Amino acid sequence: MVRAGHDDGFVVFDHVQKSYDGETLVVKDLDLSIGKGEFLTMLGPSGSGKTTCLMMLAGFETATHGDIRLAGRPINHIPPHRRGIGMVFQNYALFPHMTVGENLSFPLEVRRMSRSDREAKVMRALDMVQMGQFVNRRPAQLSGGQQQRIALARALVFEPELVLMDEPLGALDKQLREHMQFEIKHLHDRLGVTVVYVTHDQGEALTMSDRIAVFNDGRIQQLAPPQVLYERPDNSFVAQFIGENNRLEGVVEQLGPDRCTVRLTNGEIIDAAPVNVRGAGERTVISIRPERVEFMPERLPPGAHTLEAEVLEFIYMGDMFRTRLRVAGSDNFVIKSRNSAGQARLRPGETLRIGWLAEDCRALDAA
Amino acid sequence: MSDIPIGPTATARQQRLETADGTPLKSALARASRRQKLRALALVAPLALFIIVTFVLPIGQMLLRSVNNTQFSDNMPALVQWFAENPPGIDPDEAAFAALVSDLRNGAAQRTVGSVGTRINYEVPGTRSLFTATARRAADLEPPYREALLEVNSDWAREDIWAAMRGASQAYTANFYLAAVDRKRDLDGNIVQSDPQNRVYVQLFLRTFMLSGVITLICLLLGFPVAHLLATLPLRKSNLLMILVLLPFWTSLLVRTTSWIVLLQGQGVVNNVLVALGVIGDDGRLALMYNQAGTIIAMTHVLLPFMILPLYSVMKTIPPSYARAARSLGATSWTTFRRIYLPQTIPGIGAGSILVFILAMGYYITPALVGGATGQLISNQIAFHMQNSLNWSLAAALAALLLGAVLLLYWVYDRLVGIDNMKLG
Ligand SMILES: Nc1ncnc2c1ncn2[C@@H]1O[C@H](COP(=O)(O)OP(=O)(O)OP(=O)(O)O)[C@@H](O)[C@H]1O
Ligand SMILES: [Mg+2]
Repeated sequence: MVRAGHDDGFVVFDHVQKSYDGETLVVKDLDLSIGKGEFLTMLGPSGSGKTTCLMMLAGFETATHGDIRLAGRPINHIPPHRRGIGMVFQNYALFPHMTVGENLSFPLEVRRMSRSDREAKVMRALDMVQMGQFVNRRPAQLSGGQQQRIALARALVFEPELVLMDEPLGALDKQLREHMQFEIKHLHDRLGVTVVYVTHDQGEALTMSDRIAVFNDGRIQQLAPPQVLYERPDNSFVAQFIGENNRLEGVVEQLGPDRCTVRLTNGEIIDAAPVNVRGAGERTVISIRPERVEFMPERLPPGAHTLEAEVLEFIYMGDMFRTRLRVAGSDNFVIKSRNSAGQARLRPGETLRIGWLAEDCRALDAA
Repeated sequence: MSDIPIGPTATARQQRLETADGTPLKSALARASRRQKLRALALVAPLALFIIVTFVLPIGQMLLRSVNNTQFSDNMPALVQWFAENPPGIDPDEAAFAALVSDLRNGAAQRTVGSVGTRINYEVPGTRSLFTATARRAADLEPPYREALLEVNSDWAREDIWAAMRGASQAYTANFYLAAVDRKRDLDGNIVQSDPQNRVYVQLFLRTFMLSGVITLICLLLGFPVAHLLATLPLRKSNLLMILVLLPFWTSLLVRTTSWIVLLQGQGVVNNVLVALGVIGDDGRLALMYNQAGTIIAMTHVLLPFMILPLYSVMKTIPPSYARAARSLGATSWTTFRRIYLPQTIPGIGAGSILVFILAMGYYITPALVGGATGQLISNQIAFHMQNSLNWSLAAALAALLLGAVLLLYWVYDRLVGIDNMKLG
């Protein structure tokens, strides 16, 4: 499953719990194993405990319970400066009273490296992020994107095996952010370093990661490669959080090994793939991606159940059409179709029948 | 160099711009901004006036008084004229003594002779009564005046008194500055050290600098951790701490200083506790008061907030992520402090230190109350000359030297750290 390397337990969270106030658990029983060279992203809504996990790994917070291991060694009692973990902060945290060169040289100085070695490594790291000519600037004289690159170079210059990044691109504009995503990914591929990356931008998580751990409420909801996460979400939180999603509520009618039928609230019946439903009669939420909804009858398999839909809104988005429908009592059912030659443009008020392949429609928990 | 015209050359070539009604844009702008400037000026005028009246004028007066003293020259016109006609080196002749007697008669009549005697007394101690006593009998004196005066008091033949009078006949003099640095002019007008028993000021200046330095250092050492706590504790706790820091400001300085007396005196709380604990014997009570220790302890307490507040205002702006970044890069907590945290607090250290040092140098009431003989500062001498000896010119000269020292300090600080780097809050 993992693209770079395999999960050899380079970083392990073993039943880790964390509480700040002794009353509520911010991280609840975290089990996570990260392979060497892997790019793992922690994704989740604000307050879900991502930064807390990262801080425990870096050594700035102590786990209330459980073990954290790095390369097989428990690190709970190792102070941050002896963990050898590179870190990129959201606000970059470049030392304002030092030049770019001095910032990069700092981790090498505290490792008592000789001057010539230091200079060579600093220049190599700066060239790596294409910032060689800025060595004598102060951080305040750099743009946000440039500071970001320097922060990246500083976290890598002492060649750590593990680099943590806490929303490193959060302060950049969209275009720059996309560019930097690409560069970080590129650096990761080139250096083979293990990266634990925190973000709440799902697009960023999907494009960069080998695996994504979706956090909610102090728990990992699903840990999977991007493609699996998007196409086969384990539960309705993940389905809802990643990408655009249509939900319809209903009750399971019949449950087979890889098919089930669901009776929706308005009495209509559809086919779905059972994911975490346990038996007939259970309440469920079915989830289907907008781009997997078909409204041309000839593209549906014979015998598939279809639903009546009324067009509420048609939005022209250039490459795509986005149509909002009323389906089975829900006003928020969205379908997407490519703007290809001959593609029908639906008009508000029009009614049509929609359907889908049963495996694209997942019956999830009713939460 | 690029040969594209930029700046004034380019604008000069441009066509003159005009507003919609045809007035040149430049003069329209000038008129508009002049009105704004006038309004701004009117707003600050009361403050400017206040500062001029309460600050600039008094300091100017003080500086003037330190080089200008007319106590002698205004009241002894005849003698002043004789000095003017007879250059230095000519011994006082009968005409000089006649002038002296006539001035003394006038002085006795107009009751100005005391002031004259005081003025000469500054230069030659113990001569005030010579003037007042002689003046009382001046009306009865008959020529030849030289003999008559010497009969009244043989001191009138003393060269140093005549030299002092010649010096005082000039309204403008640098003698007070000389006195303020323990120097005087000898009979030939050369600058020499004052008599040993009069050499106090240089030592006092040095002590003032030394004590201020010690107080500043202690304030820094005590204030730095407190300021750090203030900047990093959660809001509720830091607010409480801030109240504790500011508490001294809400109590009268006098009350605070006297409470130090209660604590520190020989039979005070601190000594009693130490004796009770057996740390010291009853006959070995520590002298914590009425000496330099008393001045240092009490003034450190008084000035501590002035160190803490600028430090705090700087530390508050240093995000904790810097320290975390440094730690993650492999620095120990000590290295992180020394290389990352401390350098960023320098503007606060500079501002706090300069503030405390300057305030300490000018401090008056605390050393007066708890300093005893050895804990007095230069400001206590200035107060003495203002209130007791009434030698205002010397007080002004001492104060001007103090002011000069402060300005010098600013200059040095500006050279080392840069005034722009100073943060007072
Ligand atoms: N130092 C702290 N003291 C007390 N509570 C904290 C502290 N840091 C975080 N928390 C709480 O722990 C929870 C998780 O916080 P955390 O910073 O890990 O969230 P996050 O997933 O990183 O969120 P975001 O995406 O907003 O950065 C939050 O409810 C937060 O209020
Ligand atoms: Mg966070």
